[in-house]
Amino acid sequence: MMGVARFWREIPQRYNLIGTKCSVCGTIYFPPRAICPNCRRKSAGKMEDYKLKGTGTVESFTIIRVPPPEFEGKSPYAIALIKMDEGCHLTGQIVDCNLEDIHIGMKVEACFRRIQEDGKRGAFYYGYKFRKAKE
Amino acid sequence: MRDVAIIGIGMTEFGELWEKSFRELVAEAGVRAIMDAGIEGEEIDAMYIGGMSSGMFVGQEHVGPLAVEVAGLEDLHIPATRVEGACASGGIALHQGYISVASGMYDIVVVGGAEKMTDVAGGSATNILASASDREWEAFFGATFPGLYALMATYHMHKYGTTPEQLASVAVKNHYNGSTNPKAQFKRKITVEDVLKSPLVADPLHLLDCSPVSDGAAAAILAPVEVAKKYTDKLVRIKASAMACDTLSLHGRERFDALPAAIHAAKKAYEKAGVGPKDIDLAEVHDCFTIAEIIAIEDLGFVERGRGGPATEEGITSLHGEIPVNTSGGLKSKGHPVGATGIAQLNEIVLQLRGEAGERQVKDAQIGLTHNVGGSGGTAVVNIMEVI
Ligand SMILES: [Zn+2]
Repeated sequence: MMGVARFWREIPQRYNLIGTKCSVCGTIYFPPRAICPNCRRKSAGKMEDYKLKGTGTVESFTIIRVPPPEFEGKSPYAIALIKMDEGCHLTGQIVDCNLEDIHIGMKVEACFRRIQEDGKRGAFYYGYKFRKAKE
Repeated sequence: MRDVAIIGIGMTEFGELWEKSFRELVAEAGVRAIMDAGIEGEEIDAMYIGGMSSGMFVGQEHVGPLAVEVAGLEDLHIPATRVEGACASGGIALHQGYISVASGMYDIVVVGGAEKMTDVAGGSATNILASASDREWEAFFGATFPGLYALMATYHMHKYGTTPEQLASVAVKNHYNGSTNPKAQFKRKITVEDVLKSPLVADPLHLLDCSPVSDGAAAAILAPVEVAKKYTDKLVRIKASAMACDTLSLHGRERFDALPAAIHAAKKAYEKAGVGPKDIDLAEVHDCFTIAEIIAIEDLGFVERGRGGPATEEGITSLHGEIPVNTSGGLKSKGHPVGATGIAQLNEIVLQLRGEAGERQVKDAQIGLTHNVGGSGGTAVVNIMEVI
């Protein structure tokens, strides 16, 4: 489903967790935004790239047991709402642990993995997943 | 702004209707509404048709002229607009139709919604529904549509102690109500145990916590109250129609235990109507998943925040409870052909307010509410109807 052009366009954000920071109020956004909802027109043209540290906390999670076609054969897998230490939220998989050990409040860190493979195009799509943070 | 009344309603049966095409569904619902209103086709000034993804489901976009052709109105060249807001498409069609009549632009307007979802394989339906979420930042990473509501469910359970049994009690109630609705996809009563024993789709949501994939269409005819009196003496007025949007993604929201767009639409609708949650006699809410109904009754102010689960278990929202919710069976049991849902909710409220709901009639129903949500809460439409 992922078009090739779209995939290439998003490589920097997906590989490096690059969001945006509003240079007016200092709020950090990920995924990146063109306008800050706090500052609106004042923020136009003043959103700067900002690289997240990659650490955060699980705010909620679920185990996907009926996957979409692109994830056929990969289930069950965990999807979480993660609050990054910079304050923004994102959606990602939690890997490298027992699914039963995932809990709200768990500290996680980003790792870079294969997300999807497109059999027809023979393409692999990479991006961030999360694992339990080292203490 | 003029007062707007609903003078006719009509819908198809909901379900896996393999013998009926998309076009036939549109025709059936439209004709029923026109017959119910007692109008002539040539009196129609405009149409608004809600649909989420007929393009992906049946390969047909450009639904406006399809509806005009089906109604035989091409010689009149009336304007017909297809509107899209995922599962809230029908509600948006109603909102747009309301605006066009209230403003004085048009007199007689058809609002409708249709979706034919069962012609594609299950995996394709999952993928098409995922287009209601953020494709690039949610679906790309493996989040499914049930998965997003499951994230809200886990969060709600953690914060308020909502239990899987309380989630299941939503499905049990709605299947009970649906068992009395001849149009419902599932007319089978179920138990809490049935829900908990059904396979997990996205923890904590089981298969029976989820609304089904369905085919169906629904329509209604709007007119200014003054004109409406010519056609019917069972007048139901739209007291308020409010729509609100939020971020496309769930992770972009300010909170995960509520749908801020629904709270906002409800507030606007209550203000416009000059009523509060206590004045509502019954409501059709968007129970695409059981957790969605629990959050909906909290967002609408029927129960306190966090009390949605226990309140449902206690029967407050049951057919004979304080505030009956989803007397039609809701999306869960009546079925959820996504684009049709908002207008099907209106069909139920009008039936109830006219006193024509039969076995599931709510006694002395005077004011009814519909709550229609798109995606994980990116769009919400709340309408309040009253008998006059
Ligand atoms: Zn700002």
